[in-house]
Amino acid sequence: MAELTRADIDEILKLVDGSEFDELKLEMGDLKLELRRRGANPSAPVAAPAPAPAAAKTSEPVAAPIAPESGGTEVPAPLLGTFWHAPRPGAAPFVKPGDTVQADTVIGIIEVMKLMNSVEAGIAGTVTEIAAPNGELVEHGQCLIRVRPA
Amino acid sequence: MPDIKRIFIANRGEIAVRIIRTARALGLETVLGVSAADTESLGAKLATRAVVLGPAPSKDSYLRVGTVIEAARGTGCDAVHPGYGFLSENRDLAQACADEGLIFIGPSPDNLSAVGDKLTARSHAVAARVPVVPGGTVETLDDATVLADKVGFPLLIKAVAGGGGKGMKRVDDATSLPAQLDMAMAEAEAAFGDSRVYLERFVTVGRHVEVQILSDGDTILHAGERDCSVQRRYQKVVEEAPAPHLPPELRRGLLDAAVRYARHIGYRSLGTVEFLVDVERSEFYFLEMNARVQVEHPVTEAITGLDLIALQIAIAEGKPLTLTQDDIRPSGHAVECRLNAEDMAQDFRPSPGRVTQAWFPALPGLRVDTHMLPGAMIPPYYDSMVAKLITWGATRDEAIARMLTALDVCVLDGITTNVPLHRAILSDAAFRKGGVDTTYLGKLLAGTGENA
Repeated sequence: MAELTRADIDEILKLVDGSEFDELKLEMGDLKLELRRRGANPSAPVAAPAPAPAAAKTSEPVAAPIAPESGGTEVPAPLLGTFWHAPRPGAAPFVKPGDTVQADTVIGIIEVMKLMNSVEAGIAGTVTEIAAPNGELVEHGQCLIRVRPA
Repeated sequence: MPDIKRIFIANRGEIAVRIIRTARALGLETVLGVSAADTESLGAKLATRAVVLGPAPSKDSYLRVGTVIEAARGTGCDAVHPGYGFLSENRDLAQACADEGLIFIGPSPDNLSAVGDKLTARSHAVAARVPVVPGGTVETLDDATVLADKVGFPLLIKAVAGGGGKGMKRVDDATSLPAQLDMAMAEAEAAFGDSRVYLERFVTVGRHVEVQILSDGDTILHAGERDCSVQRRYQKVVEEAPAPHLPPELRRGLLDAAVRYARHIGYRSLGTVEFLVDVERSEFYFLEMNARVQVEHPVTEAITGLDLIALQIAIAEGKPLTLTQDDIRPSGHAVECRLNAEDMAQDFRPSPGRVTQAWFPALPGLRVDTHMLPGAMIPPYYDSMVAKLITWGATRDEAIARMLTALDVCVLDGITTNVPLHRAILSDAAFRKGGVDTTYLGKLLAGTGENA
């Protein structure tokens, strides 16, 4: 059985995002993955009645459990190239920690052979970290910034 | 040109590992550009560093010129080795390297242009007095009828811009010529946006013999020939060096013609000139020149003792060859078997999957070029070749016997491979006699071989 990679988890998150489900449990061999939408109730056994929303509040896991230690979902580089924080040297960066982003907010530029490709957050939330340095090579799939989902 | 310190390898699989081997021997660093499917490959682990170019499909990773250049520059490389396949003969990559101050470990963009298009390559052969298959370009049916009369049937119509069999038609007699010509031109237009075609005699029986060229631009040497006649659907399966039972004058003619061709186009790098050899008529025809390292280069290394990748790197650095033709003295015989992850029982369907065991012990005279390890994943996106076994012997018989032993001893479990095919070929009387032509393997598989 292939191991689950970060890219796989991102793919799963996208699928869950686009679905009407609030929760996903996946077991592959030794690996257990539980995903739950923020504010969604953990599912109870089928027979049990749904607990009151307030009851679940304190024990709620963070909404993006793929990188809980860094407090946010990784926004991966869609392609290899040079990552730029700002539209041009000296300009203000597209985003900084604490900013609120929408899925279509441009968070940076990846330059490949003088072609500028804008990168969108792909997720709505609050920027927690700019992970990839300005003006350096990023690989396909490398974490650019982290966003705490709204 | 300055000495190379860090090479960007724009390839994957066994050839990436092969290039890393020589780079390590030369004390050079390597950066391997991988797709998302190859991040755990042996090459990715052995390279000084690996960077992910893009997703698994080649067109989104290994075939992106801009991404390769960006990755090479961004990781501080001073040279790019393209391996074989993928971008290895891509003029745009060679040109982009030149524009960005990177050394392309291969020939110049002009060299690539000279051999990249079939008709240009053919016209260079004619100019260099290297024999070509009788034929020529045609624009109208009248041209074609006149030329067909001279060339004779059966003949092939090929697209000038062609490749991959598109626009290629076999014509067996004059009555079917008009319809086939129309179709070939229409297909060529649709596939390549260029309807130009040429006719050539369809040589039905021949051996595929190629000559290894080494050139620093001034000194042009050959490192002998290889026989790659054992092919299935134009894919080489078993190769050997030297070509068995080649009459001495014919061999000399081939080697001289290859050097003449390379000299004529001002070739500078490692390259291979391929010929179709009609042994009975003692004639040979130019097929094409491959401007890169070949899959089967180890058989030449086995009989000459050369490290062709090291020479290719030295030439790219601008160093003159320190060898002379007399220094290259082939000795003994070498055979290479390409092990593919494919299932003979299912019409050679590729069989990707997880390798459970891979064991290639150091038997006498055996060399193994592979990227297989226990646990290695063979992704479904690329070529099915998983290993090359190369055996050397003082005689051809000894090399073959050692290969049969290697096929029995080595272990590659978890996937289905074509090892049974190699056993059948190496045990077959016609192959053991030596000098089979390119129709041999098809006949063996159809059960109509001499010894089947």
